Amino acid sequence: MNVNQMIEWAAVILILIGSIVSVISAFGMIRLPDVYTRSHAATKSSTLSVLTCLLGAFIYFWVHDGFVSVRLILGILFVFVTAPVAGHLICRAAYRSRVPLAKGSGEDELKSKLFPEEHTVK
Amino acid sequence: MKINDVILRTITKVVVFIILTLGVYLFFAGHHAPGGGFIGGLVLASGVVLLYLAYDIETVHKGMPFDFKKVAALGVLLATGTAIGSLFFDVPFLTQAHTYIDAPIFGKMGFSTVTIFEAGVALTVVGVVVTIILSISEDE
Repeated sequence: MNVNQMIEWAAVILILIGSIVSVISAFGMIRLPDVYTRSHAATKSSTLSVLTCLLGAFIYFWVHDGFVSVRLILGILFVFVTAPVAGHLICRAAYRSRVPLAKGSGEDELKSKLFPEEHTVK
Repeated sequence: MKINDVILRTITKVVVFIILTLGVYLFFAGHHAPGGGFIGGLVLASGVVLLYLAYDIETVHKGMPFDFKKVAALGVLLATGTAIGSLFFDVPFLTQAHTYIDAPIFGKMGFSTVTIFEAGVALTVVGVVVTIILSISEDE
């Protein structure tokens, strides 16, 4: 087993880790109670899974074919920058259309700042 | 109340450059790799649409003062212009020519009139997509 094959195995393991994390993210989407925790599961772990899969594909093509794919690097950068912003915007739109938090959440400190007219002192 | 969307705007400033670069790359890669005028134009138009989403229409028009209907018309003119230009060299309509030259820095470069035709396609796609989206969004 030479060095190239070992690096290819590292790429394969990266892709495997990425798909496992993606499955964990899908379970989080099903199991978590409200839109904010679901967005937490969907944004972070699926971003990580896509990043590791793309990195594995990049390393595999680099070692196996000698082809440095700039598009894969750009894709890694692009997903890393945009996916958290998409999650942020979805959560923000949900909060401003008054989607309630799950039961057992802590105190909602944003509500008194964002909707001061509805705020009632307990 | 003014909506504070500084995160979206800051990310848009970064991401629009990646999208426009990818659009130009796809346009020039189209001769030997997947890509070409159509998806190049679509990617460029999606960059413009992202700008419209993050900023308002007046701000984008101040920075990019094109009438996108005229951009589409210019694209059709370029595409048909290369097609008609072949008639002057006594060859059939839409015949394309290509040549290789030795550029000083880049070495051997290939040039072909298909690129001008594809530029016409790309400009038409950008103009048509942005015009459709603007006319839908301005509809009251």
